[in-house]
Amino acid sequence: MALSVDNLGLDESFDGPMISLRDLRVSYTGREILHGINFDVQRGETLVILGGSGSGKSTLLRTLVGLEQPTSGEVWIRGKNFSAISEVERDEIRKRLGMSFQGGALFGSMTVGENVALPLQEHTKLEPTTVEIMVRLKLDQVGLSGFEDFLPSQLSGGMKKRAAVARALAMDPEILFFDEPSAGLDPIIAAGIDQLILELKKAFHMTIIVVTHELASAFLIADRMVLINKGDVVALGTTEEMKNSKHPRVRQFLDRIPEPAVAQELDYLQMLTEPSSKSGEGRQGKSR
Amino acid sequence: MEFFGKIGSSVEGSLAYVGSLTSLAGRAAYFTFIGPFQGKPLRFQRAVSQAMEAGVRAIPILSLITFFIGLILALQAAYELRRFGAISFVASAVALSMTRELGPLITAVIVIGRSGSAFAAELGTMKVSEEIDALETMAINPVSFLVAPKFVAMILMLPCLTIWANFMGILGGSVFGVLQADFTFPRYIIASLDALFMRDVVTGLIKSFMFGVTITAVGCLEGLNTTGGAEQVGRSTTRAVVMSIFLVILVDLVFTMLFYFLGEH
Repeated sequence: MALSVDNLGLDESFDGPMISLRDLRVSYTGREILHGINFDVQRGETLVILGGSGSGKSTLLRTLVGLEQPTSGEVWIRGKNFSAISEVERDEIRKRLGMSFQGGALFGSMTVGENVALPLQEHTKLEPTTVEIMVRLKLDQVGLSGFEDFLPSQLSGGMKKRAAVARALAMDPEILFFDEPSAGLDPIIAAGIDQLILELKKAFHMTIIVVTHELASAFLIADRMVLINKGDVVALGTTEEMKNSKHPRVRQFLDRIPEPAVAQELDYLQMLTEPSSKSGEGRQGKSR
Repeated sequence: MEFFGKIGSSVEGSLAYVGSLTSLAGRAAYFTFIGPFQGKPLRFQRAVSQAMEAGVRAIPILSLITFFIGLILALQAAYELRRFGAISFVASAVALSMTRELGPLITAVIVIGRSGSAFAAELGTMKVSEEIDALETMAINPVSFLVAPKFVAMILMLPCLTIWANFMGILGGSVFGVLQADFTFPRYIIASLDALFMRDVVTGLIKSFMFGVTITAVGCLEGLNTTGGAEQVGRSTTRAVVMSIFLVILVDLVFTMLFYFLGEH
């Protein structure tokens, strides 16, 4: 499926978990943001990472694509330990990942077409005419046909996001990451992006990781969800399991209860149930 | 005691800064000179467009400024020389001070203002809008993609611009020479060329090469180190300009001293 030119020992028929996190810890300037995250993502699965602002969900996503280094623990992507392999091997894996950034992160000095063409030009030996066709195909896929020659600054917010998805799709990735796909978009455009994610999931059997705090969109696209709070996994489960969860943090998040109302209850519950509440795994177990 | 501690930490900070400049320049040099032989092609087209922007488009303003500088130099030199009846030395005074010092320096200052600041602003904006991160997730090395072409453009264009600046300075001086010092234009040019040794031109060009490395490294490093939002991009740009001017003067001092002591023997 992937267009990669060389393939440095990457097993094409790999069927283990696409992503596997083992006691992942990440610190910024001495302060630990993620306190030991554990979960697996299977091929073809759509996992939504939920969490409030400052919960560490964006840091988690950045660590998954290799933009942040874990202080300890491991990130396994396609059966390779992402932080223990060489730069060359890491790049080889990155060619199979696509990332759509929150603001699009399109290169402002290049047209939409050039943006989508860039990974193809850099990593494949395709003829310029073939690249052109691929670009048109990808833009078509996200509903932006005919916008090749537009500059990102000429596009609306929703179109920018779509263009960014087209660029992320350029190399036919096996895993697609979305950072806040519907942030800053009106409900109709946001629904369009959700629809696009669902189409990608159905048509290409892609593994998709979405970071968001939009509940409606999360329940629509997710197979499983993970709720992150203050750097710990609070709950992990299917959308049904999450809906029926009794965990106070999950309830707070899903029922949109403001902080102070639940804080006391939470402390009380923690005191009763968890003598050692530091481990993310412990909480995860109980919440299921 | 606290005083010495402060000195110590600021020295440490400066050394760390120079260290990261060297590291960035080193990585850019790798992608320029070694990468192409390891199957990582140099982005030639990007380098050419950078060279156009940083080099060719700087010519009009550079010409004008160095022409005036040459004229000013001639006036200042003549002010002293005419007291000794040595006004005919004005040609060699202008030629020497342009090629050895002011040509490279003025060129560097103009390029800092036009391109050093632009590098910091461009990379800073790309950093805060996650474009640099996007490059990394696409397995495209930002140094190879963005910084190396700028290095290539600058180390080629700065010496070229300096040669042009030297010429324009001498031309500016000739205006004074012809109008006030009984030179004809050809005689002024010949007098200038007679005063110059190859060594003078080459030391100026070596300096301008080093200035090119310095300006690019500072501009790109400040850009890549930008965090936060638009306000920080402005701050990075300011820092890039101030730091480049300071470091260019420092590099100038070091190389002038070096050439002075090497010239003794």
